[in-house]
Amino acid sequence: MSSQQKLTQIIAEHAGREGPLLPILHDVQKEFGCIDEEAEREIALGLNLSRADVHGVVSFYHDFKPAADPRPEVQICRAEACKARGVEALMDSAAQAAGERVKLSTVYCLGLCSAGPAARIGDRLHARLDGPALNKLIENA
Amino acid sequence: MSTQLPVVRISDDALARACGADAVAAAFEMAGATVQRTSSWGMQWLEPLVEVDGKGFGPATPEDVAAILNGSSDKAIGVIADHPFIASQQRLTFARAGKTRPLSLEDYEATGGWAGLKRAREIGSEQIVDEVKRSGLRGRGGAGFPAGIKWDTVRLAQADQKYIVCNADEGDSGTFADRMLMEGDPFALIEGMAIAGEAVGASKGYVYLRSEYPDAIRKMNKAIELSAGIVAPFQLEVRVGAGAYVCGEETSLLNSLEGKRGEVRAKPPLPALEGLFGKPTVVNNVLTLAAVPHILAQGGAATYEGLGMGRSKGTMPIQLAGNIKHGGLYEIEFGISLRELIYDVGGGTQSGRPVKAVQVGGPLGAYIHPDDFDIRFDYEEYAAADALIGHAGITVFDDTADMGAMARFAMEFCAAESCGKCTPCRIGSVRGVEVIDRIREGGRQLEALELSLQMRNAPDAPRSAEEEIKLLEDLCETMKFGSLCALGGFTPYPVMSALKHWPEDFRK
Repeated sequence: MSSQQKLTQIIAEHAGREGPLLPILHDVQKEFGCIDEEAEREIALGLNLSRADVHGVVSFYHDFKPAADPRPEVQICRAEACKARGVEALMDSAAQAAGERVKLSTVYCLGLCSAGPAARIGDRLHARLDGPALNKLIENA
Repeated sequence: MSTQLPVVRISDDALARACGADAVAAAFEMAGATVQRTSSWGMQWLEPLVEVDGKGFGPATPEDVAAILNGSSDKAIGVIADHPFIASQQRLTFARAGKTRPLSLEDYEATGGWAGLKRAREIGSEQIVDEVKRSGLRGRGGAGFPAGIKWDTVRLAQADQKYIVCNADEGDSGTFADRMLMEGDPFALIEGMAIAGEAVGASKGYVYLRSEYPDAIRKMNKAIELSAGIVAPFQLEVRVGAGAYVCGEETSLLNSLEGKRGEVRAKPPLPALEGLFGKPTVVNNVLTLAAVPHILAQGGAATYEGLGMGRSKGTMPIQLAGNIKHGGLYEIEFGISLRELIYDVGGGTQSGRPVKAVQVGGPLGAYIHPDDFDIRFDYEEYAAADALIGHAGITVFDDTADMGAMARFAMEFCAAESCGKCTPCRIGSVRGVEVIDRIREGGRQLEALELSLQMRNAPDAPRSAEEEIKLLEDLCETMKFGSLCALGGFTPYPVMSALKHWPEDFRK
C-alpha cells in the first residue's frame, strides 16, 4: 500500500468519530514517524479544515513531529520528583552514551515518581535508574 | 519435593513492571508456580512485591524465587495487610489495591463492584446528585470544587446531548494515583462515570488519558470493552493526549478532545453548561469519579461525610514521591499533618540526609519548609498558607537540593508548557527565567548601548539583586492575578515560596 493510500485509509477509519483529528494524528505519527506538510494537507482535505488549522494542532503538541527521526529515542523524566532523586547528575554521561546514535528527549513525568530516575523507550518503562543502568539502556536502545 | 506450589501474586502496575516485575513473574512460572498478576498495594519501595499466602517479599528479583518458595527469603516483610504502611490507611477509593486482578470482572463483582451503579439506577438522578452532595465529595483534580453542585448544574441544563469527561491527564510530577487506579481498578472508574451519566442524563463518556501512560491506556481500553454490556446504554471511549501538560486544565482538555489546539478557554461559560462540543459536560478527575461507586453504595455517603476535617470530607489518596524512603500511595482521611506523612509514614528521605523542602501539589504547588510541617491536609488550611493540595502529590527533597534552580525550573516548565493564550503566562514565564538568572548572577550590569551618551533615558546605574527580586515579586503578582488558568496563575507559588524560605539559594 502506498503511503498516500495508507493516509487515506487512516482518515477514513476515524471519519465518523466526534473530534477525529487527534486520533488521526496519533495514527499518522505512529505510521510515518512524523506528520509532514503533505500529510497535513491530506488530513485537512479529509476533514474539511484548512491546512493552517491542522498545522496549528500538529505544532501545539509535543508528541507530533514535523520530520521523522530514524534514531532510537530514549525519553528521560526530568520533572521535580526525578530531579529530587538525582536525574540531573546523570545527564552528562547519558548524553555521552547517546552520542549521535540515540536521541535523548526530555519528558515531564512518567508517573513513577517514588522510583525515579525513570525513562521510557517505546512503550517500556524503566525505573530506579542510576548512571550505569541508564547508560546501559541508552547503549542497548 | 511437594507437588503443590502456592499461588504467587505479583502486581502488573507500570511501576512494578518498570522495576522488573515481569522478569520475577516469569521466574516463578519457570519454577512451576501459578502466578496471578494483581493491582499494586502501593508500597512502591518494595516493588516488585511478591505475595504468597498473604505474606509479602520485596523488592524481589528473579534470584529470590527459590528462597521465597522454600520460605528462607530474607526479603520477607510479613503479612502485607498488617504492614504499618497498609494497616494505618483508610482505603475507600483504593479498597481493592493489591487485592484484585485489574481486568477480572469476577474479582470486581466479588468485592462489591457495580453495587453503586445498581443502586444509582434504582434511586434516580435527583437522588444520586443529592447523595454526592451529602457526601461532601470535592473535585480531586486540585480545585476542590464540590462534585455534587457541578453535577446538579449539568443535570438541570437542557440539551439533546450531555457528556461525562474524565480528566486522566495526570501531568503533575509527584502524582500517580490516577495511573494506579486506572491500571489497578479500571472498572471502578468506569462505574463512577456510568453513575455520573445516570445522574446528569449523559449517554457518552470520554476518558482523556495522557500518552505518557501506555499501560493505563491499554488497560482502560480493555476494561471498557469488557464492561460495555454492564454500563450500556452508557458509552465510553478513551482519548489519548499528545504530551501537552496544559491539557490537564479542563477547558484546554475539552478543546483537545474536540481536535483543536489545547488552548485554555475563558470562563464563563462554565463547561457544566457549555462544555464538550458546546454541550453540558461534567469534567471530573479520575479520583473524583472513582470515589463515587463507594458513595453511592448503601450508606456510603454518610461514611464518606463522617471522615475528614472542616469542609474537606472523606479520604484523599496521597502520593509520597521524590527523595523519600517509603514512597507510594497512602489513602487517609483529611487532617493528617505533613510531619506524620513524611517521617512516620514515609520514613524520611531515601538518601538518609535531612529533608530540605517538600513540594505539595505538583509543579504548581508551593515548596514547604520543614518548620511548617505541622500544616494539616485540608483544602482551606493549605490555601490560607499560600499553598495548595492539588492532586495530593508530595515530592520530598533532601538538603542537596538547590531551591534557586527549582524556582527557575518552575518558570522554565511554565514557559515550555504554556498554551500561549494569555500574556502573563506566555511571556511572564520566559521573563521569570531571565530575572531569576539575573538574581543568581547578583544583578544586572549596564549594556554598552545604555552607556552611550545618546541614550539619555536609559538607566544609568546597574540593577542590584535586591531590585531584581522586587521585579520578580512584581512579575509573580501579575502572573498570579492576570493569567487565565492555573498554569500561569500558580507558577508563582513554587517560585515565591522558594524565594521566601531559601533566599540563600538565590545568591551567587
